[in-house]
Amino acid sequence: MASFSNFGNDLYTGARSVRIVGRQRLWYTISALLILISVVGPIMRGGFNFGIEFSGGSEFVVSNVASGANQAIATSTVETVVPSVVPKVSLLGGTSIRIQTAQLTDIQTRDIRNLLATNYNVPTEDVTASFIGATWGADITAQALRGLVVFLILAALVMTIYFRTWKMSVAALVALLHDLVITAGIYGISGFEVTPGAVIGLLTILGYSLYDTVVVFDKVRENTMGSGRDLSKTFGQQVNLAVNQTLVRSINTSVVAALPVASILFIGAVILGAGTLRDISLALLIGIIVGTYSTIFLATPLYAQLRSNEPAIRKYDKKVLANQAKAVESVSV
Amino acid sequence: MSKSSPVNKAWKSLAWLLVLVAGLVAVNGAGVMFGGGSWTPKLALDLEGGTQIVLAPQLESGQSVTAEQLVQAVSIIRQRVDAAGVSESEISTQGANNIVVSIPGQPDDATLARIQASAKLEFRPVLVTSAPSSATIGADGVSTPAPTADPSLSTIPAISPSNASDLNYITPALEAQFIAFDCATESTAATNVAPADLPLITCDNTNTAKFLLGPVEVSGSDISDATSSLVTTQTGASTGQWAVNIVFNDAGTSTFAGVTSRLFGMTGAQNQFAIVLDGKVISAPSTNAVITDGRPQITGGFTQDSAKVLADQLKYGALPIGFQVQSSDTISATLGSTQLANGILAGVIGLILVVVYSLLQYRMLGLVTVFSLAVAAVITYLLVTILSWREGYRLSLAGVAGLIVAIGITADSFIVYFERVRDELRDGRGLESAVEAGWKRALRTIIASDTVNFLAAVTLFILAIGNVRGFALTLGLTTIVDLIVVMLFTHPVMQILAQTKFFGGGNKWSGLDPTALGAVYRGRARFQAPAAAKGTKAAGSAKEASKRQTIAERKAETLTSEKDTQISAKGNR
Repeated sequence: MASFSNFGNDLYTGARSVRIVGRQRLWYTISALLILISVVGPIMRGGFNFGIEFSGGSEFVVSNVASGANQAIATSTVETVVPSVVPKVSLLGGTSIRIQTAQLTDIQTRDIRNLLATNYNVPTEDVTASFIGATWGADITAQALRGLVVFLILAALVMTIYFRTWKMSVAALVALLHDLVITAGIYGISGFEVTPGAVIGLLTILGYSLYDTVVVFDKVRENTMGSGRDLSKTFGQQVNLAVNQTLVRSINTSVVAALPVASILFIGAVILGAGTLRDISLALLIGIIVGTYSTIFLATPLYAQLRSNEPAIRKYDKKVLANQAKAVESVSV
Repeated sequence: MSKSSPVNKAWKSLAWLLVLVAGLVAVNGAGVMFGGGSWTPKLALDLEGGTQIVLAPQLESGQSVTAEQLVQAVSIIRQRVDAAGVSESEISTQGANNIVVSIPGQPDDATLARIQASAKLEFRPVLVTSAPSSATIGADGVSTPAPTADPSLSTIPAISPSNASDLNYITPALEAQFIAFDCATESTAATNVAPADLPLITCDNTNTAKFLLGPVEVSGSDISDATSSLVTTQTGASTGQWAVNIVFNDAGTSTFAGVTSRLFGMTGAQNQFAIVLDGKVISAPSTNAVITDGRPQITGGFTQDSAKVLADQLKYGALPIGFQVQSSDTISATLGSTQLANGILAGVIGLILVVVYSLLQYRMLGLVTVFSLAVAAVITYLLVTILSWREGYRLSLAGVAGLIVAIGITADSFIVYFERVRDELRDGRGLESAVEAGWKRALRTIIASDTVNFLAAVTLFILAIGNVRGFALTLGLTTIVDLIVVMLFTHPVMQILAQTKFFGGGNKWSGLDPTALGAVYRGRARFQAPAAAKGTKAAGSAKEASKRQTIAERKAETLTSEKDTQISAKGNR
């Protein structure tokens, strides 16, 4: 790990520097490609795979079934009671079987429940029946979207006041939208069901993405405003140094944030099967990675670009560049 | 800078932290001893197992529910559920429209029916009654169903009705509808919702008769109490007959007096008034007296049980609006505990990974992260437990996920802080002052970023519904805990550690070794030769040179040399 801390030292002093600001075209192209994949990917798969919470329907869970129990029993059971329904059967946590169908009547539900208990040889209490109205998931999402819009407005205001420039807010929000689109897209491509859990994961991403951007932007603010700035550097160079100086922190933070989420995803996907944990953690894991990426490679260069055309900055940059050129001359003499 | 002052401050901060934790423990302890609290947080249905029913109001078009109505509905449904003997049920509003009923285990059909039956209760005068079927049996003995009502029939009364019992309400269209009405199909036709000021066609709850009722005269919310009792004679002897006693509030009393004085003089069906619950007639007593004191008694054919049921319905049935089940979700206790166990397992694995990574990255400094996380975990656990006792918060799977995610965000504060301290070390400060200077800058960043996070949590908590709220709550909670821990634990501990030989001396394993960090400041007033001097062999641009310089060098240069000609850009504005 010593090499990693050397890497950190070099990034800090500028001995080694990743040129992030100034290669906007490359980063924008990558992001545009990612977004394109995120939009086209789910469409190619036939749209998002909405869970029962969004489409509405009935759900049965048979617990404590013998391991390796035959899932076909579930299908035939449902078809015995309601021939017209095509059930979706999946394994849940090793010892449970989940059966999802279109919405059934109370009587059909009771019949299927009893028959499932008989066929799987478990007590009736181990078979649970649920039904979800089609508007339920949509209601949650509609409320969440309202929350999202209000949050974005508030966050933009807070950032504008804190950083004293609205351009940082714009850059941060663009990065945030980028994260949301890509997270949703990759989630869609994975083929996991879109459940309220996934929506929650997506909402957390907006908090995390902005959080990450604020940490880096605070360093940018330090390096470009007030007494902390290095007057031998152009504005873009100052911003670039800031993002490099926080690179180690960005890597460490994203690893530390991703590790627990990855372990939830692993446990959720491998042991539990479909469910809230798996859905939340997949959305989160994608979001953390994309969020860290976008802070460094989208928000920061975008911010530098937004500011670079301001007359004051242009004037300052021109002067600095002239001085740098002069310095080159004086060295070569 | 006085040498002992940061350390004194540090011990003071730690003392405050201790007071805070002790206070939380005491509060929760008091809760356990006196107030029904517990040392473990209550679990939500998805972890504990149980049934969650989401009810949505069944509104006439153009209507909307107010928050007060919803709260009233919740309290009434709660009474109903409690009356059904279901313990530990939880009923709450969700969002602007929904009511969530959470019941441990799987409720029996009777309980479910009871919750679902919750609906508005209203008193309407009876206009016409008849047999439940729509068919007529002709002279040939064959039953013919009545034709469906012709839509062209007039729906406006020819003579405007003078009171609620006025038969002028029965327009030709209504009459045809009534004749065509069949109790057997009534539930699917969903006709049992009608505006309060218009007549209603419905059946009784056993489908033995159908009714054509006048507009609502007294609504259920005017009932202040209803009981069942044995009828006593004037001397106090019991007649052995069960009765239901209603007590109206003031408004109900005067309206009901008016209704009974009108109905008392009428004959046949019109002498009856119907008590309609959820669009079904639960009782249609005839009026034997004018009731002016607002305390009518219903008698006739009641058993003890049926009298109690009607009284309960009257008492609790005064819901302002009808509700329908929007979703009913049952999770078995087995599945819930599997989810919880695996969620905790995932958390533990994640935590171990974080600890290992921290130690690799920050050596012994990583231990500070580990202990800070431990302190954060203790405070969060206590807060969640107290919240679940005081505010009825229940930890759901989404909440657990929120807590696990919080590990990352909390650890980030420490990372930001450590990196700032390292930056200061790189600039050549001694550890003590690096800790103070790094802290000042890190705190700004931490507060700014935590503000954004907290904002997200609060917004979601206020605006979102369901699982999202539980998630937002843990997110907001951990953000605050993060601030508390980094201020009252991590920083003070760093201040104290900076005094130790191990850390202050920059031991190789401390994670704060200035040499490893490439610091240019070695001991007092001894600067390394400027990097620029040794590294300009090739093209040697000034840009490169300045890049290789550290801030400390630059500062040193500005302090010590005015004759530096190499970096002429400096101070040249």
